[in-house]
Amino acid sequence: MAVYKRTYKAYAGELTPQWSRMLVIPRYAWANLFQQRMLVILYVISFFYPLGAALAIYFNHNTAFLAQYVPVPKDGFFAVNNTFFFVFTTVQSSLGFLLASFVGPGLMSPDLTHNALPLFFARPLSRGQYIVGKMLVIGGLLSTFTWIPGLMLFALQASLAGGEWLWNNGWIAGAMSLSFLIWITVISLLAMALSAWVRWKIIAGALMLVVMFLGAGVNQMIREVARSEIGGYLDIATSMGRIFTELFDIGGENPMSLEEAVAAVVLCTGILLWLILKKVRACEVVRG
Amino acid sequence: MNPPVIELDQLSVRLAKREILRGLTGTLKARTIGLLGPNGAGKSTLIQTLLGFHKPASGTARILGYDVRQQAMDVRSLVGYMPENDTFVADMSAVQFVRYMAELSGLPPEAALERAHEALFYVGLGEARYRKLGNYSLGMKQLAKLAQAIVHGPKLVILDEPTNGLDPPARLRMLKLIEEMRDSGTMHIVLCSHLLKDVEQTCEEVLILKGGRVVQISNLEEERRLNQRFLELETHGIRNGFVDAATAMGCECADLGNGRLKLILGEGIEVRHIYQLAAERELQLRRLSQRRDSLEDIFLRAMSEN
Repeated sequence: MAVYKRTYKAYAGELTPQWSRMLVIPRYAWANLFQQRMLVILYVISFFYPLGAALAIYFNHNTAFLAQYVPVPKDGFFAVNNTFFFVFTTVQSSLGFLLASFVGPGLMSPDLTHNALPLFFARPLSRGQYIVGKMLVIGGLLSTFTWIPGLMLFALQASLAGGEWLWNNGWIAGAMSLSFLIWITVISLLAMALSAWVRWKIIAGALMLVVMFLGAGVNQMIREVARSEIGGYLDIATSMGRIFTELFDIGGENPMSLEEAVAAVVLCTGILLWLILKKVRACEVVRG
Repeated sequence: MNPPVIELDQLSVRLAKREILRGLTGTLKARTIGLLGPNGAGKSTLIQTLLGFHKPASGTARILGYDVRQQAMDVRSLVGYMPENDTFVADMSAVQFVRYMAELSGLPPEAALERAHEALFYVGLGEARYRKLGNYSLGMKQLAKLAQAIVHGPKLVILDEPTNGLDPPARLRMLKLIEEMRDSGTMHIVLCSHLLKDVEQTCEEVLILKGGRVVQISNLEEERRLNQRFLELETHGIRNGFVDAATAMGCECADLGNGRLKLILGEGIEVRHIYQLAAERELQLRRLSQRRDSLEDIFLRAMSEN
């Protein structure tokens, strides 16, 4: 199909593997996203805490340099333990949520606004692959400043503290990875569901914040008025926070049991997935 | 031997508790296939079922030998689809969008970019390929949809109402492109349209649907060949045994009255033989016309018979 000849010629070259085609979706989405200055700024800010934490871990183990300027405690400035990584997870999760609120609204609405889905599904791409591809847009982005730097910090601490620390605290790496995985999955699904159902990006972005904070407010209200913890099912942030504290073995009073928190998150994930599947179809069937 | 383009075997599809396609059976083999039928006949549902968007309630359908249900991904690898309605991503430029679609079909990024440029030039959007699709006119959007349907070099292109909403020059351009694609010999085309002229101009075989059933499968090429055997004559004067002589030559004749005759030419008989016979019998031929059994006739006959 040479341009100058303007005659049609079939493509006879090599094809990419079938499994890799869903990765095309996040690649195009990222290329588009990083043209937005605001997103780039937010993204850069998201690396501040991991960088600071890396420096803190380094200096915590290299006190000789700092000792020239400030008095240094015998056991270092702070303990790098489950609490340290729990705080890291909480801070980065919050930043991740903020970024997802920014990215999420434009995730699926452009494909749905002008009915582009039939073109996707007329190709060798299943609904599942499409959804995973879209999830990877947020998942991939968030991974770069959540669990990946988290594991790098863990590796840095392990290399500086030695084998005994690694042996005693190895489980923290698992807890951190699992916490981020749960958080990223729920946030991605929430962003996708809102993007699929709400076409206006600003409203979809605002709704993400509303879903998170309104749930907490309603939970609090139910707790005060009815003295019941059933409102926890509406409060995703609290439910996930409860799972995080359990995974990181952080003590303290917990109004919600772990089982209730897990049930709330599973229920929420199921509803979000159902909402997404209702919209991600090659064609609408008109009933009646 | 190449498998048929479309094979339907008792294909039924139910949507929202209504039976939309009812036991469709037929085999279509031509390079360009027209899909005809009145509104609500099930044309779009059939296309969507062939693409795997709807699951058949019973029966099977095969495209180029692949079962649309069991081998949906294989089918989609072979097919390019141009839907009827507006389908695009408004924020993308045409070249970005067509490249995106090509990559989803399995082309490597560099090849996809090259093919996207080529496909857009081919459909006539070369100069406008960096403009956002949201700013395109209706005709340009149709062409962009065609470009994304052919960019990956499919074996079968399904065009659902490709001339919808186009002005006459744009419509002619679209039909010319379809003819060029057909003549390139590298792909089969299924053209779904309610415009009989478009189908007649581009297709070799038609499947006519009505009320979710197949009412006729017709090979237009064969029909056209057969039509050339039918003559209608308007004569003046005494016939001098013209009818008997024509019958003796091997033609079938029918007198329609008022000097009008209908002839079916026998094997090896050409129109010039009829002229010769008329000259020998000194019969004036005021008019001689070959029957033009247009697609419209076939369509209307199919509609009335069912």
